[in-house]
Amino acid sequence: MADIAQSQASANERKSGSAWLAKSGDRLLPLLAAVGMLVLWQLIIWIFSIRPFIMPGPIAVLGAFIEDGPKLWLNFWLTFLEAALGFIFGNLIAILMAVAFVHNRTSERAFFPIAVFINTIPIIAVAPILVLIFGNGYSPKIIIAALICFFPTLVNMVRGLKAVNPATLDLMRVLSASDAEIFWKVRLQSSLPFLFAALKIAATTCVVGAIVAEWIGSNYGLGALILLASYNYHAPLLYASVFSASLLAVFLFAMVSFAERRMIKWKTPAVH
Amino acid sequence: MATMHAVKDAVSAEAETAFAVRVDGLDVTFGEGETAVTALRDVNVDIPEGALVTMLGPSGCGKSTLLRAIADLVPASRGEIKVHERTPEEARKARDFAFVFQDATLLPWRSAIDNVRLPLEVGNPGPAHADPMELLELVGLKGREKALPGELSGGMRQRVAIARALVTRPRILLMDEPFGALDEIARDNLNEELLRIWTETGTTILFVTHSIPEAVFLGQKVLLLAAHPGRVKEYMTVDLPYPRQLPVRDTVEFIKITAHLRKMLEEC
Repeated sequence: MADIAQSQASANERKSGSAWLAKSGDRLLPLLAAVGMLVLWQLIIWIFSIRPFIMPGPIAVLGAFIEDGPKLWLNFWLTFLEAALGFIFGNLIAILMAVAFVHNRTSERAFFPIAVFINTIPIIAVAPILVLIFGNGYSPKIIIAALICFFPTLVNMVRGLKAVNPATLDLMRVLSASDAEIFWKVRLQSSLPFLFAALKIAATTCVVGAIVAEWIGSNYGLGALILLASYNYHAPLLYASVFSASLLAVFLFAMVSFAERRMIKWKTPAVH
Repeated sequence: MATMHAVKDAVSAEAETAFAVRVDGLDVTFGEGETAVTALRDVNVDIPEGALVTMLGPSGCGKSTLLRAIADLVPASRGEIKVHERTPEEARKARDFAFVFQDATLLPWRSAIDNVRLPLEVGNPGPAHADPMELLELVGLKGREKALPGELSGGMRQRVAIARALVTRPRILLMDEPFGALDEIARDNLNEELLRIWTETGTTILFVTHSIPEAVFLGQKVLLLAAHPGRVKEYMTVDLPYPRQLPVRDTVEFIKITAHLRKMLEEC
C-alpha cells in the first residue's frame, strides 16, 4: 500500500512538470487569440477608415479608459454595489424559498406557479414599474438585479435539495435521524453543486439587471454612462463602459467560482 | 436466594437472547387492490443470537425486502417481526442493528473518519460506541482516515461503510449485497475480513447475496428463498468449521453444498 502511495506521489511530481507547460499553454492560447482579434479590429478600422463615432478602434477605446478612467471607476463601483446586493438578496430569498418548498409541499404547490409567472414577465417591462414605485435611487436597481437572479436559483436549489440518493435517505432512517438532521447533514451539502450552477448564471445576469434598471431611470452607474455616451456619439466611452460592465460580470463570476472551489472540494457525483 | 436469582437470570437471558431476530408469519405486500404485489408470503425464520446467516435466492424473491422489513424500512403487511423481543421500530430507535447497503452510501463531502462518525451525530446514538479510528484500523484503512470517498476504491468505500455500521456497537449487522458491486479479488478479501470481524465482535450478521459461493463461504446457516411470491425454500446449516479460509472453497464438502444449493435455486 505504501509502495503504491509512493509511486503515485513520484508520478504526480513528474506530471506536475509537464502540467505547468500545458497549463501556461492553456492560458497563453486564448490570450493570443484575443490579442489577434484586437489587432484585426484595429486593422479593419484603419483599412476601411471607419469614423470613430460609428466604430472606434481598440486604441481609441483604450484612450477613453485612460481619459475617463476615474468616471468609469466610480460608476463601475456603483453598478457593482447594485448588482452585488441584488445578487445577495435575490439568491438568499430563492434559497430560503427552496428550503420552504422542500419541507412543505403545500407551499410549493401554492407559490411555485406565482414564481413561474413572475419569471415570465420580461425584466425590461418590470423596470419602469419599479422605478415609478421606488424612484431613482438604488432600490429599484437592486430589486431588478435580485429578480433576475431569483428564478434560476429557486429551481436549481429545489432540485438540489431533492436530489439526495434514496439509499442515503434509507441510511438516515436506519439511524433514526430527524428531518432537521437530514437537512443539515445531507440535503444542504448535496444541493451545493446545483446551487453553484445557478449562482454562476446569476453572477452574470445580476449585472444585466442592474444595467437595465439604470437605463430606465438613473444618472449614475455603467448603464447611465452607456446611455449618455451613445446620446453624445462618444463611441470610445460607450465601448469602454460596455467593456467595464463585462469586466464586472467576469469579476463576479470569478468570485463565485472561487467560493465554489473552496466549498466543494469533494468530487461531484455527476450533477444531471 | 442468590442461586435462585442466578437461575432465573439465566433462564430469562436464554429466552431473551436465544434469538436475535424472529420472523413469524410475515407477509409484505406492495401496493393495493388489483396492482398489489406480494413480495413475501408467510415467512417464518429465527436468527440465533451471534449467528452469521446468509440469505440467497433468485432475483425478486424478496431477500432484500425481508432484510428491509427487519430494519423497519418496509412495513409488514401481516405477521410479526421481533428484534431482540422488540418491534423493528423500537430496535431501530435503540440502535440495535446497523445496515450496510449495496452502495456504500458515504457522504462524499466527508472524509472516511467523518463518515464513520456520522451515526454518532444523528438520532440517539446512545452511550456505548466504538472508537472510529480503531474501527478504520479494524477494516484495514489505517492512514486513509482523511481521504474523501471519491479518493477511495469501491472496496475501500465499502470498508468505510462497514466501520460506520460498527461504530454504535450494534448487536445485529444487516448487510444487503454489500460486496455485489465489487470485483472478485476485493470481494474475496472483504469476505475473509468480514469473518474476522464477526469473530472479533460477536455481532449477529444477516447477509444478503446472490452469489452461492459467498453465501456458503460466509454462512453458518443459509436461508434460501423462492420467488413469486417470496417464501422460505430451505434453511440449512453449513457444516464447515470456522475459521474458514478462502481455499475451503476448493474442498469437496464445499462444492457439494454449493451444488445442492444451485440445484435448489434452479427449482425456485
